[in-house]
Amino acid sequence: MGTPKPEELIQKIDLTPQWPGWMDTPTEIKPGNFCWGAKAKDLDGIGFPNPREWNPGEEDWKLPENWKEIVIEGLRERLEKYRTLKVFMDICVRCGACADKCHFFLGSGDPKNMPVLRAELLRSIYRREFTTAGKILGKFAGARELTMDVFKEMWYYFFQCTECRRCSVFCPFGIDTAEITIIGRELLNLLGCNIAWITGPVNNCYHKGNHLGLEPHAIMSSLEYMIDDIEEYTGVKVEPTFNRKGAEILFITPSGDLFADPGTFTCMGYLLMFHELGLDYTWSTYASEGGNFGFFTTNEMAKRLNYKMYAEAKRLGVKWIIGGECGHMWRVLNQYMDTWNGPADFLEVPVSPITGTRFDNAKQLKMIHAVEFTADLIKNNKLKLDPSRNDHLTVTYHDSCNTARGMGFMDEPRYVINSVCNNFFDMPENTIREQTFCCGSGSGLNASENMDLRMKGGLPRANAVKYVNEKHGVNLLANICAIDRAALTSSMDYWVPGVAVAGVHELVANAMVFKGQGKRTVDLRGEDIPGMEEEEEAEEAAESIAVQEPQEEAAGAAGEEGSE
Amino acid sequence: MPQIEFEGKQIEVDDDGYVINLGDWSEGLAQFLADQDDIKLTDEHWEIINFLRDYYQKYQIAPMIKILVKEIGKAMGKEKGNTKYLYQLYPGGPAKQACRYAGLPKPTGCV
Repeated sequence: MGTPKPEELIQKIDLTPQWPGWMDTPTEIKPGNFCWGAKAKDLDGIGFPNPREWNPGEEDWKLPENWKEIVIEGLRERLEKYRTLKVFMDICVRCGACADKCHFFLGSGDPKNMPVLRAELLRSIYRREFTTAGKILGKFAGARELTMDVFKEMWYYFFQCTECRRCSVFCPFGIDTAEITIIGRELLNLLGCNIAWITGPVNNCYHKGNHLGLEPHAIMSSLEYMIDDIEEYTGVKVEPTFNRKGAEILFITPSGDLFADPGTFTCMGYLLMFHELGLDYTWSTYASEGGNFGFFTTNEMAKRLNYKMYAEAKRLGVKWIIGGECGHMWRVLNQYMDTWNGPADFLEVPVSPITGTRFDNAKQLKMIHAVEFTADLIKNNKLKLDPSRNDHLTVTYHDSCNTARGMGFMDEPRYVINSVCNNFFDMPENTIREQTFCCGSGSGLNASENMDLRMKGGLPRANAVKYVNEKHGVNLLANICAIDRAALTSSMDYWVPGVAVAGVHELVANAMVFKGQGKRTVDLRGEDIPGMEEEEEAEEAAESIAVQEPQEEAAGAAGEEGSE
Repeated sequence: MPQIEFEGKQIEVDDDGYVINLGDWSEGLAQFLADQDDIKLTDEHWEIINFLRDYYQKYQIAPMIKILVKEIGKAMGKEKGNTKYLYQLYPGGPAKQACRYAGLPKPTGCV
């Protein structure tokens, strides 16, 4: 099953309305557009219902006889529990403001990928079962019976939504369609109908602390390889510690950074920067995952998986936590962790030991984003930087949906990038910041069997990159999310070949001038830095290196002023 | 669950054709899987497969390519320690294809 070529994929997009109406258009589950079903061993491992081997491409999904009752009962329970769901089911007037805001609709032309219609899949059931009008008037009131075909349709489309929440930005009623998808997936989950790419990592995380299932010695081995590479490329010998009690700070990053390029280069960036600062911090081989795929199964599972962060911070006796570059991790932390697992009253409000800045924005959470930490360092002139090392790069920045829309984190990354790179161009304004387009593979959809879908969903983002690529010669797409680093690498190769993908801390560490460091000729990927290879040039450059002046216009981005 | 038949025995594989039970693996099965891709496993191929199996035994996960490249370079000489060499042996990707022949689960890489 091959993924179509980019030009074939574009030709197939048809945005004109179709006939007959959506309720009468049967859904075909197409290969390349769905992920493998959750595996029995994974469902079993996390105590989820209905563990069995099944294939969504086959007719029989092996559901219990009372499957319909289970779904309706599940919906009833959630309508009572979550007021938002009840409101979102009732208030949509189907104005269509969200229709053309979804990357999956723009990339596929499939009407059921309009957020309004995706939500309508569930609303129609809600109306039929829980509203008088729907019970009496049926289809005229937008209601329909929950049949097996309808159930499968919900499965197909709730796993064609990345919960990116771009549509909610445009909804005049503030309906959060991601929440509808979240509840939709919870209902599917009641029958064991999640996808393997999500439940596999969740099972791993539940038993081993991280999505990849890395055991403590595998984590250490992976970091040791990075330590060797760092020494080879920079001459700096970093010495991270693991599970160290009494450290001031605990550092938690998505496990993708430990085990997949280009995330590993971002990870090397953290290692180098923390080492250079002499930061009193520790890694944990138990709380070894910042991300939370549990968030794509059920609220309860997400809460369970997230618990280890505070628990480990308490066990080690650290003062506060720094979190790595990740997207959905930060939505979960920023919007849920305190209510789920808090209050973390055994921790202190984060204060940077280097600048003295007190991060009052994290007063409750006790955890700050690595980029927030770094932006503050740069603002206070604590990093010696030579941005000309990144002169061969023309950079743009992809706002992760979750950091942008889930926590309003938009200026700090740009401030950091502009401090370590001389050539930066933003993509068009309706594709960045709170209007950012999803990478196309978030919320657990970055598998390989659904590549067709992922490339469709990745088109709007890639199209904006192509624009700055053609206009300004952009050749690097920076981001602060582990899923982005993996997903955008594939979508750039597919849609805009020649544009590389990197985490922000990779760029930071490439620009950093380390104490006692000789000339730097290669970057963290072991590749020659253009303009730095010649002996004489390199020496001249070393002499002229000056500590970069902070950029005032973005100064407010880095948290509160230093307290001292 | 999909199955393949090998030497009269049904062997369970996942949706992408990776052997489920490590114990079902044998050298003959590796060659059998390679046959489907018209690949004759040479000593050079086996060096990779053996490394992958050893690594998996120790860490319960397939190594990332970077580690594979480095270790192969260390063990077999610098001229073999590069991705180009590995892709020559395994055109379907050293991680995906070689892991499949080695009886390892499908490498996840990036979640």
